[in-house]
Amino acid sequence: MGTRRLANEAGRILVVDDNKVNRLLLARGLEQQGHSVSIAENGRRAMEVLQAGNFDLILLDLQMPEMDGYQVLEQLTKDLELRNIPVIITSAVEELDEVARCIEMGAEDYLTKPLNPILLKARIGSSLEKKRLRDQQRELIRKFATSEVADELLEKGFTLGGQFVDASAMFSDIRSFTTIAESQSPADTIELLNTYYTLMFEAIGNHRGIVNQMVGDGLMAIFGAPLPQEDHCKQAVLAALEMIELIDLFNCDQAAQGKAQIRIGIGIASGQMIAGYTGTLSRATYTCVGDTVNLAARLETHTKIVGEPILIDETTQVHLNRSIQTIEHEPVQLKGKTQVVKIFSVPTGQEVSI
Amino acid sequence: MTEQVVDRAVFENLKAMMGEDFIGELIDVYFEDTPLLIAEMRKALSIQDTEVFRRAAHSVKSNSANFGAMQLSMLARELEMMGKDGKIEAAVPKLERLEVEFQKVQLVLKDLENGH
Repeated sequence: MGTRRLANEAGRILVVDDNKVNRLLLARGLEQQGHSVSIAENGRRAMEVLQAGNFDLILLDLQMPEMDGYQVLEQLTKDLELRNIPVIITSAVEELDEVARCIEMGAEDYLTKPLNPILLKARIGSSLEKKRLRDQQRELIRKFATSEVADELLEKGFTLGGQFVDASAMFSDIRSFTTIAESQSPADTIELLNTYYTLMFEAIGNHRGIVNQMVGDGLMAIFGAPLPQEDHCKQAVLAALEMIELIDLFNCDQAAQGKAQIRIGIGIASGQMIAGYTGTLSRATYTCVGDTVNLAARLETHTKIVGEPILIDETTQVHLNRSIQTIEHEPVQLKGKTQVVKIFSVPTGQEVSI
Repeated sequence: MTEQVVDRAVFENLKAMMGEDFIGELIDVYFEDTPLLIAEMRKALSIQDTEVFRRAAHSVKSNSANFGAMQLSMLARELEMMGKDGKIEAAVPKLERLEVEFQKVQLVLKDLENGH
């Protein structure tokens, strides 16, 4: 089943070869298999074609005038967009040493000339499939991270598979949102939510966090995963302070227009959690689960009782190393916890040295 | 004899990959291109340009192997190696053998193209 689908997947392929016979042969062979093919006669030309078009795969010859295969590979690795395109090296059998070097440089696979049609089909199919998965992953990252964080993730590489991470989880939502929604028009409510999310994304992204869930008026953010971050506790709290600050500014604006003002509550907890890519193939998200995450959610709910906008757990507080002022509150018995937990609020509007 | 000049299995593979209609066109390009490459090698030899020599030999090697012309490909490969080592002074006899071999390959490929 899988193999059949692979073989049927058509792609946009760039064939780079200085040799006319090879170019024709590859182009025709690939077209026979249902792909659409562009050709370039040397590396320099290939880079031009790549910048102008959208490709799923590159078949690259090594020895070419003007700009050879190695130089193309080098350029591709430096380009954030282009390096996502898999490269298959086409080489003579006696060049296998050089092929090994290319694979170290980031090439996906190789084919020896003269080409074997069955191998050609199989390798192209598998490379196109990898490209498809990578595109899907990139698409996903673009959705949950701000563009700066997304770029950094793509540049440094990351794992989406399940693993333990040391991170901070944050939950935030709007207080009495239902009441607000009932008091104004649906259009105003949606506009309000969109502004709210834009501001929150901004504050969270500024501190290298990622927003991985948005439900109604609430959101969940992670600091320290998938990109490791040494001071994720501090960054999460700084983001929370910035969120409150932005909401205050937003409220001034709303008040001036005679529109509804909002208040938010934020809960942060830090420690080990399980992070990974969950869902189905067509719909998935990067998320964190575990006790720490649950604790952050409970703390967020608890802000209503304490009457403070930001509550953090003990681990987060300890890791702040007094760089940010906190106030300890009466330990509480939270839902799902057998022991009482220490809780701390973070006074808003404080000056923090970074 | 035919078997030695062009490896049938390789040729059939190529035909399967390219499609029956297109193989003729590819052979035409090969027939046009190879004499140009040989001329380039001759010229490179006269001015002792080992790099141009090596590159042209590399192309003949690669092209010929596509069609299953293994003897020709091997000869081209030996010439490529001479170019790589920068020692092409003694390449003339080998280049002449390559030209003779190419003529044989042409005859066989024409035959095969016509379905013999």
